Amino acid sequence: MMLEIGIEHYLTVAAMLFTLGVFGIFLNRKNVIIILLSVELILLSVNINLVAFSSYMGDLTGQIFTMFILTVAAAEASIGLAILVVYFRNRGSIAVEDIHLMKG
Amino acid sequence: MYQTIVFLPLIAALVAGLFSKQVGVRGSQIITCGALIIAALLSWFAFFKVAMTPGDHSLHIQVLSWIVSGDFQINWAFQIDTLTAVMLVVVNTVSCLVHIYSVGYMSHDPHIQRFMSYLSLFTFAMLMLVTADNFVQMFFGWEGVGLASYLLIGFWYKKPSACAAAIKAFVVNRVGDFGFALGIFAIFMTFGSADFAVVFSDVGAYSDKTIYFLGMELDLLTTICILLFIGAMGKSAQLGLHTWLPDAMEGPTPVSALIHAATMVTAGVFMVARCSPLFEYAPVALDVVCIIGASTAFFAATVGMSQFDIKRVIAYSTCSQLGYMFFALGIGAYGAAIFHLFTHAFFKALLFLGSGSVIHASSDEQDMRNMGGLRKKIPLTFWMMVIGTLALTGFPFFAGYYSKDMIIESAFAAHSSVGSYAFGMGVAAALMTSFYSWRLIFMTFFGESRASKEVQDHVHESPQVMLAPLYVLALGALVSGFLFKEYFVGHHYEDFWAGALTLVGDNVMETAHHVPSWVIASPFIAMVSGLAIAYYFYIKRPEMPGKFVQTFRFLHALSFNKWYFDELYDVIFVRPAMKLGYFLWKSGDENIIDRYGPDGVSAAVVRVAERFRNLQSGYLYHYAFAMLIGLSAFVTWFVLGGQ
Amino acid sequence: MIAAICFYIFATILVGSAIMVVFSKNPVHSVLFLILAFFNAAGLFVLLGAEFIAMILVIVYVGAVAVMFLFVVMMLDINFTELRKGVQDYLPIGLLIGVILMVEMIFIVGGWHMSDGIATIILAPTPPLSEVTNTDAIGRILYTDYIYLFQIAGLILLVAMIGAIVLTHRKRAGVKKQNIGDQVRRRRGQAYEAIDVKPGQGI
Repeated sequence: MMLEIGIEHYLTVAAMLFTLGVFGIFLNRKNVIIILLSVELILLSVNINLVAFSSYMGDLTGQIFTMFILTVAAAEASIGLAILVVYFRNRGSIAVEDIHLMKG
Repeated sequence: MYQTIVFLPLIAALVAGLFSKQVGVRGSQIITCGALIIAALLSWFAFFKVAMTPGDHSLHIQVLSWIVSGDFQINWAFQIDTLTAVMLVVVNTVSCLVHIYSVGYMSHDPHIQRFMSYLSLFTFAMLMLVTADNFVQMFFGWEGVGLASYLLIGFWYKKPSACAAAIKAFVVNRVGDFGFALGIFAIFMTFGSADFAVVFSDVGAYSDKTIYFLGMELDLLTTICILLFIGAMGKSAQLGLHTWLPDAMEGPTPVSALIHAATMVTAGVFMVARCSPLFEYAPVALDVVCIIGASTAFFAATVGMSQFDIKRVIAYSTCSQLGYMFFALGIGAYGAAIFHLFTHAFFKALLFLGSGSVIHASSDEQDMRNMGGLRKKIPLTFWMMVIGTLALTGFPFFAGYYSKDMIIESAFAAHSSVGSYAFGMGVAAALMTSFYSWRLIFMTFFGESRASKEVQDHVHESPQVMLAPLYVLALGALVSGFLFKEYFVGHHYEDFWAGALTLVGDNVMETAHHVPSWVIASPFIAMVSGLAIAYYFYIKRPEMPGKFVQTFRFLHALSFNKWYFDELYDVIFVRPAMKLGYFLWKSGDENIIDRYGPDGVSAAVVRVAERFRNLQSGYLYHYAFAMLIGLSAFVTWFVLGGQ
Repeated sequence: MIAAICFYIFATILVGSAIMVVFSKNPVHSVLFLILAFFNAAGLFVLLGAEFIAMILVIVYVGAVAVMFLFVVMMLDINFTELRKGVQDYLPIGLLIGVILMVEMIFIVGGWHMSDGIATIILAPTPPLSEVTNTDAIGRILYTDYIYLFQIAGLILLVAMIGAIVLTHRKRAGVKKQNIGDQVRRRRGQAYEAIDVKPGQGI
């Protein structure tokens, strides 16, 4: 059984990655860069799920959508980092705790 | 031509009202007076063409289609017959003279354009009313004059009493209008049309029909007629719904003359006369009209005897004279009623404008106790007032003599119980009319002046622009009686009316010419005795009124307090309504609706928002946490609930 | 057999490097571990027969996105020790949420099966590898059925690029730039001036 690699194995790995990503957000709440990295981890776990299903069901659509997710993730990362750079220029810090202008 | 008569005042009103800045004071006066003079001349022309020329000259002029909804079709259209022509003459003549008079009377007012515009607007609405060819258009005019009356009574809107009087007039009229509206609904329900032509030609078929209402079986036509008459009662200030008329004297005097003496208040009389084909098939309703009219004539006369406000005396006199017209209608003497309407318009407008001249002369003083001795100082006004009084009291060969005596004789000639009641009331009222009219003259123009020194020094005759309308009206009060007697009620009756009035039974005015001589003499005797008593009380023995009041304290109190009608209504309607309103306001509105409605919701929103505000910490990771916790909650729900 | 061993190697390194991404003290290390994680994920994709996606992941993610992260981390002068403070504050709730999610997902993986009619809803069946390669097959679908989505994805990237440039671009004083329009508009009169110099006076 251990040597027969099924879809469950991939899904388990993806679940672990997802959990680690979520946990990373909680753990590194002050550091925006690590939060962004955690988001990348979560997206990666989703991609693994999609590709795994795609492969085991013989449907290429999953891989297509993986590409779209990669596109959006790249866009998100670039904009996020751009905002970060601007913010750092203005404030001299990226501590999330200083960012509370949205306070109600 | 008829379109010009009706719409010229509207155009004048719109121009003077909407472009008051552009046309200016003088411009507004010229426009409105000019329009009304043209309209008045045209309506006299129409009167001679339609009424005075032998033969049927009635016309039907279609103007516009108004409401089309299924079977319900209402047009703007004019029905021109003798009745309309008479009303056109009355309305436009008096209105035109009042417009001219107002130029002088209102010369010190800051809102002249508004005043002139309202007057013209009123005239338009009144013309709409009298030319209507269906009930709905009549109702439009009816409400239009009500609106104009409201606006004009409350013209001096800074005076609280004027505002209160305006509201009172409007509300009391609303009661009557409600009856009128119900009557129109009933007519449409019954006849399937609101056109006079259709309704009046079909009326015979419904004479014995009944309707069920609240378990009662009611005669259909009687019900309709009584509902219509309730509308007439409100507009014409008949007993029960009369309370607004004396208060309406808060308005400027030209308004009182135009609206609350000569034209608007006679709309009820006109309406009943117009609906004579209906009323003729509802004898019970006619009896009601007769009793209410006779009672009003008597009641208003008693009240008029003890009032001190010069305009209120004339107002109660108007009320009383309207009572005469109504009981004339009630006994079937439609011609006499309209004749009295016609003559009354002249002499009552004369009296009002004359009293306005008196008020103007004595620095806006209206209380007769502060007048006296004005005869020498304002002789022209005095003589005009005397002519008006003679006409009102029915002095031989003056206008009132022909019309009022005709009514009283017809009442006797009707030979019915209500006719006899009306005759008795009419004679008694004639005596009192004579008394209070001469009392007014004696208190105002004779004796020593009781005014303050300052006021006395300022007494002056009114300018010619105010006196000229008085001359014209005085001429009318002098000659309108014997000139038109034969046409309205005499030998040319058939030719003159030419089917505008319907009479089913005998013509009481025909038999009225053959009543016993004591009946013919009685109004004259009543008039002379009234004059004698007034002379004795106010010239010969001026201390007598005081003694009389002492002796008959109750009667005087009853009369002076207008039979406690206002107090009674205050107790029955006003105060309970106030209490109910206060209760609904405090308990219903504030405590329930507002508390749990808008106020409660807004307070709850504030409270809840205060709490939720704390959630919005502004920290990015809090939002991220919220998302993730929400995600896990959803997944948990999905996992647990999905199985 | 080989595939199973490969899977376990890739999976272990992937999870281990993901743990290091989250827990390492230095963000530079985090980014480097993320790159490692992407490499191993690419390996998993290859095992699944999605070699095109695997290559994309390596080229785009490792080559562009992860390097960009590295750039930013190194470029900005950030006091990372300051940011590490208070890490434990939310540890319990983070652990709780993480454990709950993990347990639930294991539940789902355990009690999971394909529906019977699943074959009928397949949109784009994978062609046999002997006929078309994976890249070829994806290209055939991507440029036909998903052409609009593909174009929109391109637009999104364009917008992201423009946005990033607009956000970070700033005008610097004292930088000389070529303005072609000005050069073209320049007339002779502006370029030189003839001065009649009187002898012995100079300019």
